[in-house]
Order: sequence, then C-alpha cells, then structure tokens
Amino acid sequence: MGKIIIDPVTRIEGHLRIEAVVDGGKVKEVKSSGMLFRGLELILRGRDPRDAQMITQRICGVCPTSHSIAATLNLDSAFGIADKIPDNGRIIRNLILGAAHVSDHILHFYHLAALDYVDVVKLASYEGKDPILSSLKSFIARGELGPFVPRYEADYRLPKDVNEQAVAHYVVALEMRRKAQEMLAIFGGKMPHNVGVVPGGVTCTPTVDNIVSFLWKLRELQEFVDNVYLPDVLAIARVYSDYFEIGRGCGNLLSYGSFDLDGKEADLTKRNRLFKSGITSSDLKHNKLDPTRIAEEVRHSWYSDSITGRHPSQGDVILQEGKQGAYSWLKSPRYNGMVFEVGPLARLMVTYAYGDTRVRSLVDSTLSALNCGRERMFSVMGRHLARALVTKLIADSMSEWVLELKPGEPVYRAYDLPSEAEGMGLVEAARGALGHWIKIKEKKIANYQVITPSTWNISPRDDRDQPGPLEQAILGTKIKDEHNPVEIVRIIRSFDPCLACSVHLFTPKGGDLGKFRVC
Amino acid sequence: MFKRPKPKTTRDVQASSHVTRSQVKEYPAIWLQAAGCTGCSVSILNVVNPSIKNVLIDEVLPGCHVTLRFQPTLMAGAGDPVIEVLIDACERQKKGYILIVEGAIPTAKEGIHGVIGERDGKPTTMLSWVETLSKEALAVIALGSCAAFGGIPAAHPNPTQCRSVGEILAARKIDTPLVNIPGCPPHPDWFVGTIANILLSGLPRAEDLDEYKRPKLFYGQTIHENCPRRAYYDENKFAKKFGEPGCNYELGCRGPVTHADCPLRLWNDKANWCVGCGATCIGCTEPDFFDISPLYQKVTQAVLPQEV
Repeated sequence: MGKIIIDPVTRIEGHLRIEAVVDGGKVKEVKSSGMLFRGLELILRGRDPRDAQMITQRICGVCPTSHSIAATLNLDSAFGIADKIPDNGRIIRNLILGAAHVSDHILHFYHLAALDYVDVVKLASYEGKDPILSSLKSFIARGELGPFVPRYEADYRLPKDVNEQAVAHYVVALEMRRKAQEMLAIFGGKMPHNVGVVPGGVTCTPTVDNIVSFLWKLRELQEFVDNVYLPDVLAIARVYSDYFEIGRGCGNLLSYGSFDLDGKEADLTKRNRLFKSGITSSDLKHNKLDPTRIAEEVRHSWYSDSITGRHPSQGDVILQEGKQGAYSWLKSPRYNGMVFEVGPLARLMVTYAYGDTRVRSLVDSTLSALNCGRERMFSVMGRHLARALVTKLIADSMSEWVLELKPGEPVYRAYDLPSEAEGMGLVEAARGALGHWIKIKEKKIANYQVITPSTWNISPRDDRDQPGPLEQAILGTKIKDEHNPVEIVRIIRSFDPCLACSVHLFTPKGGDLGKFRVC
Repeated sequence: MFKRPKPKTTRDVQASSHVTRSQVKEYPAIWLQAAGCTGCSVSILNVVNPSIKNVLIDEVLPGCHVTLRFQPTLMAGAGDPVIEVLIDACERQKKGYILIVEGAIPTAKEGIHGVIGERDGKPTTMLSWVETLSKEALAVIALGSCAAFGGIPAAHPNPTQCRSVGEILAARKIDTPLVNIPGCPPHPDWFVGTIANILLSGLPRAEDLDEYKRPKLFYGQTIHENCPRRAYYDENKFAKKFGEPGCNYELGCRGPVTHADCPLRLWNDKANWCVGCGATCIGCTEPDFFDISPLYQKVTQAVLPQEV
C-alpha cells in the first residue's frame, strides 16, 4: 500500500493538493485539499453592491469574465431590472462571455492539459523544416528545458507525426487564445478583468467598426476550432482511447444554462439560453433545475456542523479547524443531497438531454466518428471532447449574435440602488455552473455568497460520506507507477480545476490556525 | 550577471540567430504564485511583441533567454519534482536567478492560509518560500498589485493579513533589489519591458523608479494626462451614465489619480482599454487598490492632484 501526494498540482488555476492511497495497484482512498484562501466574501461585506462585479472578477484571473456576468445578473435581479436590460447590452455580454470561453477552452486543452499526452522533448530529434518546430529543437538543444521539464515520466504514446503536429499547435494555440482575449477586449475594454460589464447592461456602444473587428477575429478563431482544435482532440482521443474508460466520476450532471437568447424573462431558470439549465445523469433524461434544492454540506470540511445543509442565500462561515474527520476548506455543494458534476460535459449533455437538435447532431456525429457510445462521454476523454464541442457551439453562435447588434440603440439602463434587496445570478463559467447570491441592507452588501464550478467538482465527502465528483473519478483508478502518477493528474486536469475560485469564500474567524496542520 | 551585452551589429545578430544558438545566454527565473488569482500570468501570456512563444522558447532579446524554471500555470511537472526546482534555486543557484512573485503574501497565523508543497515532510507556506527565495535571488519583481501593494486579498478587513513583497523584504531586512510592476492585471509590456530593460542596462537605478518602486518608464504619468476624453473634462462635459459621450469623471473615473500609460499603450494588442470601452479607470496600479469603494462615485476634489 502506497501513499501518493501531489502538491502542488500544476497547470490548473490555484493551489491544489491531492493525497491518494494506492492498494493493489488501485486508488483506494483519495482526498483533495485547497491550499490557499483569501476571504473575499468578508472583503465584499459592507461595500457598495455595484462593486461586486469588479471585486468578484478578482476571485480568478483565468475566468474573471464569468464572475462579472454572474455578479451583474445577481445585481440586475436585486435591482429589479433583470427583464429590462437592452438587447445590445444582453448581446454584448454574451459576446464578452463567449470570447472568454473560447480563450479559456483553448488555453485549457493546449497549455494546461496537453502536456500530459504530448512530448515536447521528443522534438530533439526533429528533422523537418517547420520554423516553429525547428525553433523548439534549438531550444531543447540549448539544454535549459524549463518549464517543460521536470515532469512525470509517462506513456507519451502519440505517433511521431501526430506528436510533432500537436507541439506545433501548442505554439499556435498560444497566439489563438491571445486573439480570443483581444476579441473580448473590443467590447470589454481589457482582459483579464474586463470593465465593460456592469449592472444595467454594458458600457461599450456597438459601432460598425467594432462589430466588424470582432467578427473577423472570430472568423480566425472559428477556423482554428474547426480545423485544428477539434481534429487534435479527436487525434489524441483515438490514441488514448483507454481514457474513455478512466475517470468516469459520479455520473450526475448539472447546468445552470448560459448565453441569454432573450432579455424579457426575469427568472433565470426559465430564460431561453443557448445552453439549457437542468440536470441529467447517465440515462440522459432531462430534468428541470430548481435552485432552492442546492445546499452546502460541511461534515468533512473545517466548519461547524451547525451550518451544514444550508442554501447559499442563507450561507454562513463558522470555522472549526482540526475538526474530526474534516480534510478540506471546500464545502460540499449538493443538489437534492446528491453529488453532481458541473462543467462543459454537463453543459453539453444537459442541452443534449433537453433535446436541442443542433447539439444532438453535433454530439452524435462526433461520437460516431470515434465509434463511441454516448455513455463514454462520462470520462477523461469525454470531458476534453465536450469542451471542444461547446467551444465550437459558442464560436459559431457568436458569429450570428454579433450581427444582431444595433448601433445607435442603448446598451445600458439606469436604475435606483435599493435599500434592501436579495438577488441571484446563475451562469455557466468555462468550468461549469457558477452561482452568486447577494443580500443588500442599507444600500450595502450584507452578505455575498458564491458557489463556483470547482467547489462542486473538487468538493470533499458530504454529510452522507459520498465523495465529491473528482474524488469519485479518481477512486478505483489503476496506477502503473506510484512515482509517476500520471493517471491521477490526467483525471484532475480533465475537470479543469480552479482553486482560487473554490476556496475564496472561506473566511477565518478566530481560531488558532497556527497549530493546525494543513495535511 | 545583468551587464549590458557586448554591442552587436545587425550581422552579428543575424549570424547568432542562425548559426550560434549555443551563444544564447540563459537567465533563470522562478515565478512564484502566492495569494492571487493567476490573472497576472494570463496577462503576460497576452504579450505581442515579443510573442509569448519568443519569450518562452526563443529569446527575449537577441542572445538572451529567460528560462522559466518554475511557473505553476505552464510547467509540465507537478508535486515533489517541481518543489525540488525551488529548493535547488535557493540552495545551489544563489544570486543566479530572478524571483517573480505574483499575489500577496498571507502572514496571519504564520502564513498558514497559503501553502505550496512540502519541504522535509512539512507544508511550506508562501511566506516561507518568499523569504527563502528572495534572500538568494539576484532581484525580485513584484508582479501585479497584490504582490506590489497587497491588492485585493489585503483589502479591508484583510482577513489573512496579506502583505506586499516589499513589506516582507523590509520586515525581514532582505536587501535584494525590488521592482514593483502593479496593475490588476499588469500590462504584459510593463513586465516584459522591465525584463528587457534589465537585460540591456542592468538593474534599474533609484531614479528610474518612482516612490512606490514602479518604473517611471511605464508609470510616470497619470491616465488623465494622456486620456483621449481629456478635452471633455477641460470643457466640463461629463457623461451622466454609461454609454454616453463625455468625460467619465462623474461616474467615478480614477484617471486623475492613477499612474500608468494605458491611454497611449492600449491593451490586448491595442484592441481597447478601460476608458476606451466607455468604462471608468478603476485605479488598479495604485497602492490603495482595492480600498477605494464605492467605485462608481466621483473622486473627491480633496484627493485630486493640484494640476488637475
């Protein structure tokens, strides 16, 4: 029996530690722990509610845009203007969020995940004339291999030509994710941390000039997604097809839905969205989402059991360091007491289960090209494939939305700041379902709660001892070499964890943390 | 180490890029992420000239390559093997690397709120890594407003008692040269430009930095001085709500009290910038960021510089 500790887990956002016990070559126990908290919830309290979309973006610099959208939806609902945002404002928000998703998913596949499958060092024996690959060969010949070495030594098994092409695309993708951020900045001002999304709409007015500029950057990205990103995912999926059987997880999927297609419905769960809200599981039957059934449990988290099982609008934080049986700063969000995975896989398959014809034909044709059944989507490779397919759906949809903008018409609606109000903002961040909840008293933030995608996915065991989605995905996995636990990091990265997001809300109130051992 | 390289002719440069690759000099760097959001890392990936590929793989200047030995967002490795890279730097590469810190440093309860890996079987705090690595570094770059000034996690009530890199160095009497490159996030040019400047001319002299150790090259003027909406301000034409023409001062723009060259440099390959998209400058390069709430309230006359 051996113990594997991976700390830090790199090529994710934030500080994550994984501890796994291996027995008979298989993972028997696993614990995931977040290693940083900043207490942003406490920082938000007492401030002007309108500052929330600026402060909450700083929860995460990889997915700040999703927080800006969730926060503004939350504030729109608290201010009573959720159904009154001008169409230009709604569309520009979709374009800003969509650009962020395209940038994020390209970054995730090529720069965060691919190095688990692609071997840069093999370029030392490259003999061709491609300028990108030749410069990599020179780089390797100089002998300073950071940041590509050290690494876990693994079964890098792509054929030579596929590997070389994937390495070249790693470099091309650096440019493409940058261009997606530039596309975002056209309407958002800058990236990371846009300034254009505000309660009431957006600040940027559409002009023929910025519409065309956005459209042509988008065209270049669409070509990349169709001709490079998707084919690369399929190529890697074919060679690593065993990863369609690894990292299955809990089998339950939850999506809040995202990208508003109309602005007249105040209730976010009823609003017509590109990706549908709902829940599903391996039977792929769609069920409606009822946000009142979300609760956070804390039996295995360092919080007092007195706050367990609360809906986020009633959420609180009472620290209890060193609590018996606890091992994480993350709470465990559950829906109806059940474990749910969120993310691109959930977004795609909930919309598939809903019966969306465009999504059904895209998923079915892709799986048939891979000779795969739908059940294999619940896996490491299924998550990568889902991420690539939602990228295509978003990019293609944006090319229609940008042409719906009407120069000269309003982008913003003025409002009065209420003395007392409550709000809720639900959206799909790149990494999955993201919810913000606010309570306003005397025109100030009395309470602000966030449940991020990675809090769902990386959560510890709950009150009924059910392990979280990532833990379930790792449990039972065969480990070939305990010193190079590449199977575990491949599973972790298929979830695209964002730890700054997951642990931002935990606020230390007293207690002697100095005596407390994190592990 | 950071001496100006022998001047080269164009022919030398061309020759070196084709023939004498081995003459590329390596400048090792350790990039530590502390209490931050990774936004600074993402922003640096957006650099255009040189491209991030040039920076990572080729040369940042002819003959000079900055080797990112440790960069958590990009590095291939994980776990103990990469912790070894940090230990190797502070034990065996003394004064042989640049330390780049992103994020503020939690100090409450001896720094237990932020931990990166283990050393000798014990969790190692960010505070401890910053102390150890900065002591042995040739220079420290505090990248972003959290590292430079405390930023978001240090905003009131500063739950984890976050401190800037400068405060840690001063408290521990570590005299390694420090440059602050604030911004939330910092513009990639400010970072790559500072690195290139060090490689070309050596470490900045005291007079190259302002009172907050920001390079005057990038932070020498206020947003207001170069703002394209300045004429509206001078004529008292103010926007009353977002989406209107006019100066955004009444909407809370902090351009008059914020030092950075955004209006001239622009962001994301010159796609736009904050005031350019109709929003306000939120003052993200200043030491008081983010204790400036409420954001959308007019900056009071009392804090405006006299010349405004």
